[in-house]
Amino acid sequence: MLRYVYADQLHQFPRLAQGMFRDRAVQFSARLGWEVSVDDDGNERDQYDDLNPLYILWERPDGTHGGSLRLLPTTGDTMLNDHFGHLTDGVTIQSPFIWECTRFCLAPGAEAHVSSALMLGVLELGLNAHLDHIVGVFDARMIRVYARVGWGPTVLGTEGEGRNAISAGLWPCDEGFRARLLSKAGISAEVSDHWYNRSFGTVAEQIGAVA
Amino acid sequence: MLESFLDRLQKVKTLGDLDGAILSLSDELNAEHMVYHSVGSGGKEYAVTTYHPIWVDQYLGNDYARIDPVVQACLRRFHPVDWKRLDWSGKATREFLHEAVDAGVGSQGFSIPIRGPSGQFALFSVSSRDSDEHWARYTQDYTRSLILASHYVNQKALEIENGTDQAEIASLSPRETDALTMLALGLSRAQAADSLSISEHTLRVYIESARFKLSAMNTTHAVARAMNQGLLRV
Repeated sequence: MLRYVYADQLHQFPRLAQGMFRDRAVQFSARLGWEVSVDDDGNERDQYDDLNPLYILWERPDGTHGGSLRLLPTTGDTMLNDHFGHLTDGVTIQSPFIWECTRFCLAPGAEAHVSSALMLGVLELGLNAHLDHIVGVFDARMIRVYARVGWGPTVLGTEGEGRNAISAGLWPCDEGFRARLLSKAGISAEVSDHWYNRSFGTVAEQIGAVA
Repeated sequence: MLESFLDRLQKVKTLGDLDGAILSLSDELNAEHMVYHSVGSGGKEYAVTTYHPIWVDQYLGNDYARIDPVVQACLRRFHPVDWKRLDWSGKATREFLHEAVDAGVGSQGFSIPIRGPSGQFALFSVSSRDSDEHWARYTQDYTRSLILASHYVNQKALEIENGTDQAEIASLSPRETDALTMLALGLSRAQAADSLSISEHTLRVYIESARFKLSAMNTTHAVARAMNQGLLRV
């Protein structure tokens, strides 16, 4: 199942949160060899985790972490603008209608539908928050994965080679991608809505009525 | 929508001017009530509201921010929230809501949390006594304008706080200037993207970033503002 969790709510899901930071260490440090900082407990965190980002996490039936990603608004500090401006022609990408997605991570042995489910979560948020685009910084080899889920990015720029290649890309938040992502993830629209509402609250009939 | 407000906002120099601009914004966006509340990176707070001063005193005196679900759920976050999605079920919360409704705040509301640079954040809310049906239509029609206006108010508040006049001239990167120049020359988006050797989506994002830096309502407005500020060589 998908969970949408701000950093200041992660303590409610200790097992899931711990799995995310551990699996990020495995993916970005051990597997890709990126220069990320991993603490003594084997957790990978960076300065953007301290900005109360919004995480989308895939929780497996046994409660463990299956995959996750991190979102931040581009009106505040972002990894792309702080470190990868050369991948966007020097343009500081800033808009209330554009959020940044980073640290897309899959747990070792993650099921095939997890990538699609996570990207579905991004689109659901994009549509609900009236976003036009998502920008992302990602391992360049992820482009194939994103293309396979049916919502591939426009690549803005790439630096490095092989497993060190890092790309910046752009996803349009169009309703038209939703059906394809739902089908690739094997999730019905109703279930996806339910997961969204469980994290962000159900629209009550009338606030006055509960008063 | 918003054009006269944005022109007025551009002339704002002091927090006092900003108060007036926000009050005119609530008229322009047909909002019964509007609140803008900023918390600077140093913890400095600033608020403007159309609420009755008696309610504001009552709210501050009782430190209602502790139990106000809007503040609790939105401050430091960044997705727009209809108040209907919040949890109003606790006893203290229900009493707070009763007082708010009695004070004319209304029981319909929509909040836009804003994330600024260097840890600054703000909260912008509209509220009303509308029926569910009217409110649903209002939020459908106005949310994008509210998101835009609230961020421009925040930019202006930051500009005043930082005491910089330079911020008035937005700094655009050469690529953003190129994109706006092409449009000013009358090229279509497709032609502009083609001549800059970028995809149309990339062009849209560059233009959107430029629009935000110029506090413009739309692309045409962004081109006009960039021209007026002498940023384009056309």
